[in-house]
Amino acid sequence: MRERKPSFRSLSGLPIDRVYTPAHLERWDFVRDLGEPGSFPYTRGIYPTMYRGRLWTMRQFAGFGTAEDTNARFRYLLEQGQTGLSVAFDMPTLMGLDSDDPRARGEVGYCGVAISTLEDMERLFDGIPLDRVTTSMTINGPAAVLFAMYLAVAERRGIPFSELGGTIQNDILKEYIAQKEWLFPPEPHLRLITDVIAYCVQYVPKWHPISISGYHIREAGSTAVQELAFTLYDGLTYVDEAVKAGLDVDAFAPQLSFFFNAHNDFFEEIAKFRAARRLWAREMAARYRPKNPRSLQLRFHAQTAGCSLTAQQPMNNVVRTTIQALAAVLGGTQSLHTNSMDETLALPTQEAVTLALRTQQIIAHESEVANTVDPLGGAYFLERLTDQMEEAAQEYFRKLDAMGGMLKAIERGYPQREILDAAERYQQEIERQERILVGVNAYRDPAPQPIPILRIGEEVERNQVQRLAVFRARRHPARVAQTLHALQQCAASNENMMPGIIQAVKAHATLGEICTALKEVFGTYQEPVVL
Amino acid sequence: MTATTRQTPLRVLIGKVGLDGHDRGVKLVAHAIRDAGVEVIYTGLHQTPEQVVNTAIQEDVQAIGLGIHSGAHNYLLPRIVDLLRERGAEDIVVFAGGIIPDEDVPKLLSAGVRAVFPPGTPLQTIVEFVKGLRRE
Repeated sequence: MRERKPSFRSLSGLPIDRVYTPAHLERWDFVRDLGEPGSFPYTRGIYPTMYRGRLWTMRQFAGFGTAEDTNARFRYLLEQGQTGLSVAFDMPTLMGLDSDDPRARGEVGYCGVAISTLEDMERLFDGIPLDRVTTSMTINGPAAVLFAMYLAVAERRGIPFSELGGTIQNDILKEYIAQKEWLFPPEPHLRLITDVIAYCVQYVPKWHPISISGYHIREAGSTAVQELAFTLYDGLTYVDEAVKAGLDVDAFAPQLSFFFNAHNDFFEEIAKFRAARRLWAREMAARYRPKNPRSLQLRFHAQTAGCSLTAQQPMNNVVRTTIQALAAVLGGTQSLHTNSMDETLALPTQEAVTLALRTQQIIAHESEVANTVDPLGGAYFLERLTDQMEEAAQEYFRKLDAMGGMLKAIERGYPQREILDAAERYQQEIERQERILVGVNAYRDPAPQPIPILRIGEEVERNQVQRLAVFRARRHPARVAQTLHALQQCAASNENMMPGIIQAVKAHATLGEICTALKEVFGTYQEPVVL
Repeated sequence: MTATTRQTPLRVLIGKVGLDGHDRGVKLVAHAIRDAGVEVIYTGLHQTPEQVVNTAIQEDVQAIGLGIHSGAHNYLLPRIVDLLRERGAEDIVVFAGGIIPDEDVPKLLSAGVRAVFPPGTPLQTIVEFVKGLRRE
């Protein structure tokens, strides 16, 4: 019988059959491959009750302008029923630069909030109970410094570190692979990450010191398989580093967390999340033999795919985001960010972000999909697809092992090249109309209507620069210099750097000053150009 | 191409200016115009306006194509046009793409940016634009 196309493929290029039957699952075993939710290999979820016990955390990533602007958005989102905070920093902050650095010109407060000092951090969380909300901070290169500022704010308010819950992204490998925001060469960055992990184990036990992220790998154009493979392999690399530094795997592995993209191919995405849990549990068990079952559990945050949204007919993005969010929920995510429809144009307006949050609330409370755990478990198609995702990721693991690990692979430009090739294939499929993007290469609108977007005023940069000048003038220069010098000595030794960074932050050294001091010890990084 | 045209290949600088690292778009553009016979000078990431202009002049390019996703286009692009003018290199064409809202486009064009390609632009459109520069 004739079909619409000669062959059907998933968004990642996996072949898809007309119909799935028990014959597809001949080698599949219920106990070995699926099992119970909350039990090894955790395919169905890491908790026995999943959303029957507690819904996922609704966590909208937000940040723009000054600390006060973002603080107001945080309070608004909490009033609207959001259950966790997530901070977006501006580009200078992400690169470890102060707002008054010449390289920050034109970028201050644009794609996130500008934070250069402990005072900025205090304003950001003004009136927000740090012991009662959990905070996620998307920060990588200078993660330890922003985390130190957060700890210092908590200390000033008399909140013990042991009560702080949240996450810093702190995943540098995916920066070299995809997002390209680093400060130092890989080795010192990995050591700094291990230091943060060790510090959290001892002093901030409820904190996730790293969120191993596939999101940006996918946004750079990877397939779902590459996202899964490179992210989990990055995770194993961090575990390896921490174990080599003398940490007990069971002391830190339960605090590791992951971050995935939720893209358009509905079943492939659900299969990816399930495969991720199973593959992580199997690899951790085989490689490190932990005693605590929590060390085997992959917990993750998901964000709908920014790169799937279109500037054309932006209202359509609400529909795309809904489908993607549903995939993340059916895949068993622990927390979720839904993108706003206007994000291909600018940061979201309050109206757009509210609609995005409402999308999650409707899935949670009206669709009834949260009533049972892993509702699609056992479906011939989904189980087969889950197996295929896992197998394809293991194939990448073997290649990466053969190259001598992820750092070696990055030096050779291997993951970068794989992702760029995938991005190119996808773009060609769009241009040849082999894939339809509604409103872009089909069903175009002859008379597009613009939607309102959020503008960041130029006064943000001016105010931030003035504030920094006042901040610098008020502090004790000798104390700043002394803590920075002590931090450099610590960086040159093998000691944990976190206490030194906290001291520098409390002495009112700025983000840029601390990062510059560390660059003097560690050097900087030039990426191998992959074109 | 006829035997009478003895053209040196068109040279175009493609790169990322500012601090954001979203380089998928510029790399795809670099590939597409290279495949169309254009010589591409790829600067890589995190370039300052000064670096871009220096490279463009040293490499004797006809055009500069930049991707910006950080929202800093309103500062960075006019700054590059101004620097080119200061260096007497205003014949170098500047074009850009990335996350640039429609309402910013007229301002950028009047500041001297030749073209802004919004998200979702087919690569072929950019290739045609670049090939059109040869005929000027």
